[in-house]
Amino acid sequence: MTAKSSVAARPAFMPFGKTDSPRLLRALLPALSLALVLLAIAWLNQRAISYFGFTLMLNLAIPIALATVAQMFIITGNDLDLSIGAFVGFVGCVTATWLRDTPILGILTLLGCVGVYAALGALIHWRNLPSIVVTLGMNFVWQGLAVLLLPKPGGRAPDWLLASMSVKPPLVPFPVLAALIIAAVTYFGLMRTSYGAILRGSGGNATAIGRAGWSLLKAKIVLYACAGLFGVLSGLSLIGITTSGDANIGNGYTLLSIAGVILGGGEFVGGRVSPIGAVIGALTLALAASPLLTFMHLPPDWQVAANGAILIVVLAARALISRREVEQ
Amino acid sequence: MKPAILIVAMSAIGSAMLAGSALADTTGKKIAFSNNYAGNSWRQAMLKSYDIVTKKAVADKVVAAADVFTTADKEVPTQAAQIQNLILQGYDAIVINASSPDALNGAIKQACDAGIVVVSFDGIVSEPCAYRVVVDFKDMGKQEVAQMAKFQPKGGNLLEIRGLAGTSIDEAIHNGILEGVKDHPEFKIVGSVTGDWDQTTAQKAVATVLPSLPEVVGVVDQGGDGYGAAQAFAAAGKPRPTIIMGNRQDELEWWKEQKAKDGYTTWSASIAPGVSTLAFWVAQQVLDGKKVPHDLLVPYLAFTQADFEAELPKIPKGSVASHEYTQQDAIDAIKANMK
Repeated sequence: MTAKSSVAARPAFMPFGKTDSPRLLRALLPALSLALVLLAIAWLNQRAISYFGFTLMLNLAIPIALATVAQMFIITGNDLDLSIGAFVGFVGCVTATWLRDTPILGILTLLGCVGVYAALGALIHWRNLPSIVVTLGMNFVWQGLAVLLLPKPGGRAPDWLLASMSVKPPLVPFPVLAALIIAAVTYFGLMRTSYGAILRGSGGNATAIGRAGWSLLKAKIVLYACAGLFGVLSGLSLIGITTSGDANIGNGYTLLSIAGVILGGGEFVGGRVSPIGAVIGALTLALAASPLLTFMHLPPDWQVAANGAILIVVLAARALISRREVEQ
Repeated sequence: MKPAILIVAMSAIGSAMLAGSALADTTGKKIAFSNNYAGNSWRQAMLKSYDIVTKKAVADKVVAAADVFTTADKEVPTQAAQIQNLILQGYDAIVINASSPDALNGAIKQACDAGIVVVSFDGIVSEPCAYRVVVDFKDMGKQEVAQMAKFQPKGGNLLEIRGLAGTSIDEAIHNGILEGVKDHPEFKIVGSVTGDWDQTTAQKAVATVLPSLPEVVGVVDQGGDGYGAAQAFAAAGKPRPTIIMGNRQDELEWWKEQKAKDGYTTWSASIAPGVSTLAFWVAQQVLDGKKVPHDLLVPYLAFTQADFEAELPKIPKGSVASHEYTQQDAIDAIKANMK
């Protein structure tokens, strides 16, 4: 545990390059694990490494990447969001019903969702509540609303959404392009702007940021609103791919998004996150969980356990490198 | 001379081709099974039946491969991703027990567009390009009341045990029971509880509602709940009604005990987990180029007073009666559904 605190004591943002090798390794680890998973897939099934293959394997990684980025904003503020999965499910239900039938009501609802997230941020800051408790409560609220809206699976995504999720850009598969854009936008916003530094600081060292005269309330609201926005985008893209809604569709995203942030080089202590890493982490998880396993031809009894084992191996590699970094 | 040879050669090739298509054309085809859940006795029995039948089919060279893929969680996106990976794997057909009737349609459509035959069963998919093997649950519900009329000719009050709320299966059986009661007005449903196809849940639910009910002559249910209901009646000290069973081992065991005691009669029906093998054969038939309707209604598996004891020893403890279908069964089912 001493190791952990010494990590936290370091400056939250550091340019990599001139530093020692474990730190470089740590920054490269998400990319390395992604490359490793891709290599394994290429070895198992060459057909998958193609324009068509990447489109199929990675298109369900887009909503996961967006949910991971949403979670990353919350983790930046030293909080944890246990409701993101149910939230994505609710957004999915709104998308498959209201957004198609009554677009104005749909858009207002989705904007309202972002507003609710911002209000949650304010509430958590104001009353100094533990985010885990508040978001766990919200988890049931979102899920309940989703079931109310869509008691049994159904509905249909709006046509413009279906069309936009199945674009076929030249040369680069759409999911890869989308991942690059998501990574670039969040990297620039959170790592390269001055207010991004404030946001990270509000999670890493709130006292210092507060003393410097910045509003911590505003920072929290902005972080939660960003999370809400990316959660909405995640739900939209998910329904664009599945074409139809289901109240339970996003339930698995809560844990996937947390694992994605951590796999991508983030820490549970606020402020230490990596947007590019988070997107890569989400892609790695999506690939390791499904295509890799499918291509391995494991007996069905072992598939579920193997899925967990792959996750543990990838996360353990990260923990090992982090420890070496601390020891040096 | 030359044209004659040509004609002979052509007809030889022609007859060779004909002979080829008359035999199984699917020797080189690969069929995958996409399954979203393996965590209960019914699903385990389903996988076991599938394994027995497909292993033999592969050994007999009817198909080249029949692999099973189970997702790690019950989530819809996981299964959608799995289907997309199966497309990449180059399977010719996918047999699927789906986690959602609608939300997988995007992936199913992609599979169809890639020229893959998709056959769903149990958890079916609504995408029109897929095939659906559906058990006639409505008829099963109707038949429950018809059978009840034989055992309780005077009629009386019935207790209904419902299945998992919000599922199409629960809805279908329930509607069948309502229709059956309409045909047999001597019966009246005086209570309805939710048993979730699970003995403990059913037992608790029935025990809660029993004190408030008038005398009940029969219990109509959905399978997996009959033994629990019997326990609840016994615990409350109420007279034992005629309880329709659902092919579970514990249910048939209890029935056997009661029959030995005083000649207790009832009827048992449920969907056979081996319907997965029927879906497999349907996929094989489609690959073989046969014309198959997209919606196939297949019978459920029922046992009567005469034959349930023969089946009982074959069911493992805690499991459910199954039936492995043959290629001929699939051909018959397809023929029966052709109009």
